[in-house]
Amino acid sequence: MAKELCLSGKNVTKIFGFGDKKTIAVNHVDFNFHVGEFVSIVGESGSGKTTLAKMLLGLIHESEGEISFLGKPRDIKGRKQKREYWKDIQAIFQDPFSSYNVFHKIDAVLLDCIKMRGGKNLPHDKKVEMMTEACSFVNLKFEELTNKYPFELSGGQMQRLMIARIFLLKPKILLADEPTSMIDACSRATILDMLQNLRNEIGMTIIFITHDIGLAYYISDTVYIMEKGNIVEYGPAEQVILHPSADYTKRLINDVPKIHEEWDLSTV
Amino acid sequence: MGKVMLEVKDLKTKYITRFKEDVYAVDGVSLTIEEGKSLGIAGESGCGKSTLALSLMGYYFAPLHYMSGDIIIDGRNISSLDPDDIRKNVLGKEIAYIPQAAMNALNPTRRIIRFIEDVMKVHKPEMTRPEVYEMARKRFEILGLPEKVLNQFAVELSGGMKQRTVIAISTILSPKVLIADEPSSALDVTSQKMVIKMLRDLMEKGYIKSMIFITHELPLLYNVTDDIMVMYAGQIVERGASKEMVFDPIHPYSKGLMGSIIVPETGTREHELIAIPGTPPNLKKPPAGCRFAARCKFATPECRVYSMEMHEFGEGRSHRCRFSVEHLREVYANG
Repeated sequence: MAKELCLSGKNVTKIFGFGDKKTIAVNHVDFNFHVGEFVSIVGESGSGKTTLAKMLLGLIHESEGEISFLGKPRDIKGRKQKREYWKDIQAIFQDPFSSYNVFHKIDAVLLDCIKMRGGKNLPHDKKVEMMTEACSFVNLKFEELTNKYPFELSGGQMQRLMIARIFLLKPKILLADEPTSMIDACSRATILDMLQNLRNEIGMTIIFITHDIGLAYYISDTVYIMEKGNIVEYGPAEQVILHPSADYTKRLINDVPKIHEEWDLSTV
Repeated sequence: MGKVMLEVKDLKTKYITRFKEDVYAVDGVSLTIEEGKSLGIAGESGCGKSTLALSLMGYYFAPLHYMSGDIIIDGRNISSLDPDDIRKNVLGKEIAYIPQAAMNALNPTRRIIRFIEDVMKVHKPEMTRPEVYEMARKRFEILGLPEKVLNQFAVELSGGMKQRTVIAISTILSPKVLIADEPSSALDVTSQKMVIKMLRDLMEKGYIKSMIFITHELPLLYNVTDDIMVMYAGQIVERGASKEMVFDPIHPYSKGLMGSIIVPETGTREHELIAIPGTPPNLKKPPAGCRFAARCKFATPECRVYSMEMHEFGEGRSHRCRFSVEHLREVYANG
């Protein structure tokens, strides 16, 4: 694996409110994500995972600290710089049902991506070919989707279409915020497969945010565990999950139902 | 063999859409649960798990309609009672239901104790308010919920606490059957564990006699329920004891489901996830023959023509595949 730094942060902090109502959502965290790495950020609800994700995406500003992108401090002050930045970082969110504009057909969703990659003046045939390729990458058939609206699809299909978008855009970083928590266990396997394909074929850095520690173990190279805004433990997945050192990680693993070990219900 | 608490015989219900089309969401489900036992129902989204739960209560409202079949709770057939009778005498007392969105089930403008008073007003009108409060306090104490919750509003409680409160309220009359429809899917692992512990406590202390637990999280079912039933396209495809179902699934669909289990244990990273390709059939026009045939790796042309009934093969286990158990095991062993 290339050890080139892709996205890194130093002392990144986000504080909401002030005075008595001050909440430190993300508390001085440091992280280094490398190119082509599959990183998972794991934590309970309210541990600051999504706030961190929003800062990485540039949707909210960090209160303190600095995020570097490809070795240089990231500059997203202006609208133009932000647009440039978003060509390199894209996201898949938890709820596929609210990720689409209900008035836009699926063709429009995919054509937008081609436009963003600078393919606005390509001939129509070429565009269709690109869209077909993207859909077949996620096991969807473009002929069946064309002229349909997103709400005519199932949750799993919508999430796959999201991945097709990412395939067209080919960003450097993909941020997946609980992409599988709203779909059932069997479609989950398909989505995970596709994320891994993306990483293997395009060499994308994938930041995967989840509360399911089993999932993080299965899929990622590196795991970061977050508790109340702090990163309490990080390292290679095997080591963090199978030999946890922080108490919080131990508890988290203990709380997950397993199939080869007895699930201890007494420690609630 | 214990006393049978709930028996369902060939239950069929359907949805009627706005365009007067029929969707056969539960198509011939039979099941039995004995006293003190719990049954898990697994399956992917849209296979009819939640519809089955609603149908079991015998309380039908549009667009859900009853077609045929019997629901017998502790020797009493409730499928032919009228809705008013069911609401007064069956719901809550005989059968209780925890909805999927229990987090949003509580009216935010009322205190928790008011919901319990409402229940008691219908079922035990002779009880006074202090008596109801005393009873609720005792029950909450046994279940490990703080007394102050009774005087709080739903918005003051956390997600896991709300869920546990809903469970405590819906089981206040000690029902014979509790149907829990994905009670922990929206919670994180620690709150999930507390909810599961509470359901277990209820069973052990005898406040509920039997339980149906619906979820698509298989590791959870394995730890919670005695038996697991796998549902596909409105029908049961396999039933058996939890352990056997997880480690030795027979029906190709169950095999696929068990292949999607992910747990944080040694060896998980090495084994390959099995995804089932394709989508479930349209239940407006259920296919002839086996419903899983279109997605099944091992299907033959005959599978699409002949449908099978559930047949037993060993103690408490039954499945719906045309092929024999030996044949299927051999096929799985050869990949």
